Amino acid sequence: MTIAAEGKPDDSAQQAGRPALLQSEAAQGIALISPTFLYALAMLAVPILVTFAHSFWTQNYMDIDRTFTLENYRIALTEPIYRDLLWRSLFISLTVSFVTVVLAYPIAYYISFHGGRHKGLWLFIITIPFWTSYLLRVMSWKVILGFNGVLNSGLMALGIISEPSTAFLYNTNAVIITLTHAWAAFAILPIFVSLEKVDRTLIEAATDLGDGAVRRFLRVTLPLSMPGAISALMIVMIPTVGDYVTPRLVGGKDGVMIANAIQAQFGKAANWPLGAALSVTSMVVVTAMAGATVFILRWAARQAR
Amino acid sequence: MPETPMIKIDHVTRAYGAFKALDDASLTIQKGEFFSLLGPSGCGKTTLLRMIGGFDNPTSGTIYLDGQAMNGIPANRRPTNMVFQSYAIFPHLNVAQNVAYGLKRLRLDAVEEKRRVEEALGQVSMAHLGKRGATELSGGQRQRVALARALVMRPKVLLLDEPLSALDKKLREQMQVELRKLQQAVGITFILVTHDQYEALAMSDRIAVMFSGNIAQVATPKDIYQRPVNRQVADFVGGMNFVAAEIVGEDSGTITVETTSFGRVKTEKPVQFVTKGKAATLGIRPERLRVLWDDATDKYEIAGKVVDRHYFGEITHLIVEVPGMEQPLSVSETNNFGADDIPVGAPIRLAYDPDALVALAD
Ligand SMILES: Nc1ncnc2c1ncn2[C@@H]1O[C@H](COP(=O)(O)OP(=O)(O)O)[C@@H](O)[C@H]1O
Ligand SMILES: [Mg+2]
Repeated sequence: MTIAAEGKPDDSAQQAGRPALLQSEAAQGIALISPTFLYALAMLAVPILVTFAHSFWTQNYMDIDRTFTLENYRIALTEPIYRDLLWRSLFISLTVSFVTVVLAYPIAYYISFHGGRHKGLWLFIITIPFWTSYLLRVMSWKVILGFNGVLNSGLMALGIISEPSTAFLYNTNAVIITLTHAWAAFAILPIFVSLEKVDRTLIEAATDLGDGAVRRFLRVTLPLSMPGAISALMIVMIPTVGDYVTPRLVGGKDGVMIANAIQAQFGKAANWPLGAALSVTSMVVVTAMAGATVFILRWAARQAR
Repeated sequence: MPETPMIKIDHVTRAYGAFKALDDASLTIQKGEFFSLLGPSGCGKTTLLRMIGGFDNPTSGTIYLDGQAMNGIPANRRPTNMVFQSYAIFPHLNVAQNVAYGLKRLRLDAVEEKRRVEEALGQVSMAHLGKRGATELSGGQRQRVALARALVMRPKVLLLDEPLSALDKKLREQMQVELRKLQQAVGITFILVTHDQYEALAMSDRIAVMFSGNIAQVATPKDIYQRPVNRQVADFVGGMNFVAAEIVGEDSGTITVETTSFGRVKTEKPVQFVTKGKAATLGIRPERLRVLWDDATDKYEIAGKVVDRHYFGEITHLIVEVPGMEQPLSVSETNNFGADDIPVGAPIRLAYDPDALVALAD
């Protein structure tokens, strides 16, 4: 009797307390993210909306005609120059992202599986190049790849080539090499994280069931670290399509990408609506390409089983 | 000529720096045996099992598998398969794909592979769940898949590292029975690692009891329980009352001791027994002491007083203080006759069989 009497008020207090607590938790959550959220809204969503709106308008010398038109998209999609630039940008970003992931994977693998107690140190060492500015790193590639650069002098000293080659700098290759280096660390981290999550007993189980080192990698480690490899791919692919500085500095005439054309429309050519339409087009195309890549890789992984 | 043992552990040591996880262990396991490695956590059971499976190498000594020395042979080329403690089910594969994993390398034709997968799933009562995803399984089902995945390889030896410890009590007991039945059906040598004495007793043909890297006793469950060689084994496998005794006579196989409460007892000497002066220790299991009700009498009885009582449903543990004994006796009595109603403080008389008193090495 006494126990029941004591139990009751406790129960009801808890029941009444719970929704209030939840409410306040939700409220706290919103309050916590609101500065970031507002910042993102102001700095990301609003500019995108402005760009989107501009892409349907027309430039009239100094002012903008705000009647709806699809003319900019017609130009962006059919003019050979823009079409070629877009294709090249996609090709470069696809190549860069695949090459980066292929190069980053063994490094991440090494750190995760053989880093021992020094994993943290290894990751730290990888970030060291990023202490210098991006511009400096691009410039140093100029020094390496240039006409009188490290690579040419080295190859000449070895007697592999007799005179400096111009094949290294101011072309698509130079852009790919520079971007690959620039994004390496960003690809290593997600791959590393997903490799860390691979339960080592699973690899032992594969060994137990007869797999040697190569087979157990292909059948267990690789498929289970695929999410990390895919995010690395996306992390590199999406921003490199729109890269502007690298093609500008090391790309020469043949290495120009879509972002350089967009910059020209917003700058010298002073055609904001066309620039906006090019931006929106590349955004849509990149999203489609990223989606398609994820889809194809997932499908391939399923087939491999 | 005796049959080649399935496993021969020959003076195997595994050292981590100065620490020996396994210290000069020797052991033979026969073909078709259900063998258990029993011991408290950290005593080196997993270390030994992993060395048999090829996941770790002895610092010194040799492991023979079916007569063949295993030194340097990696896990993927040994005729053993393992059921891991965490089950290690491949999360990216469904149940049937998990079971077929090791078969892929054998390049069987599709029909034969399917037949073997289904047979293995049938053996563990999972026949209908082949298409189920690995992440959609209960603990018991995961355990069955791990078992099927290993059995489908038809290994000479199946290694099981605490396979039941993650299951709840009811399921664990059910799986103990099933596992034992399965072993008898397939005839494969099973080596089970467990820290659960009841599990080892219930399932094994023979048990090796281990403490801190050493094998203390290898015997059948009944011998382990009834004839433990030393205090440590006796204490680890079930409860045991220790009785201080004085040696009054000794020949090659037996000793005669004098105790304050149990009188004069003649008992077998265990192998490891070394006499040091006059002192010795006897042991008697709590259930070998029987409560004498009312005016019943027995040829062998002792009297004491109940000082505590623990109720366990089907049995009651009575803690009985006996004059002249340092430690009170623990008595396990079934509740048929009302042992759970004996009041604390009541005088009590206990009957025993002198054969139940065993001499224990230190
Ligand atoms: N890789 C290792 N390095 C150092 N000590 C280890 C290692 N693996 C196991 N040990 C030690 O060896 C002892 C036995 O371990 P283990 O065989 O896992 O015990 P258990 O009987 O619980 O399975 C433990 O004290 C453990 O700490
Ligand atoms: Mg263990």
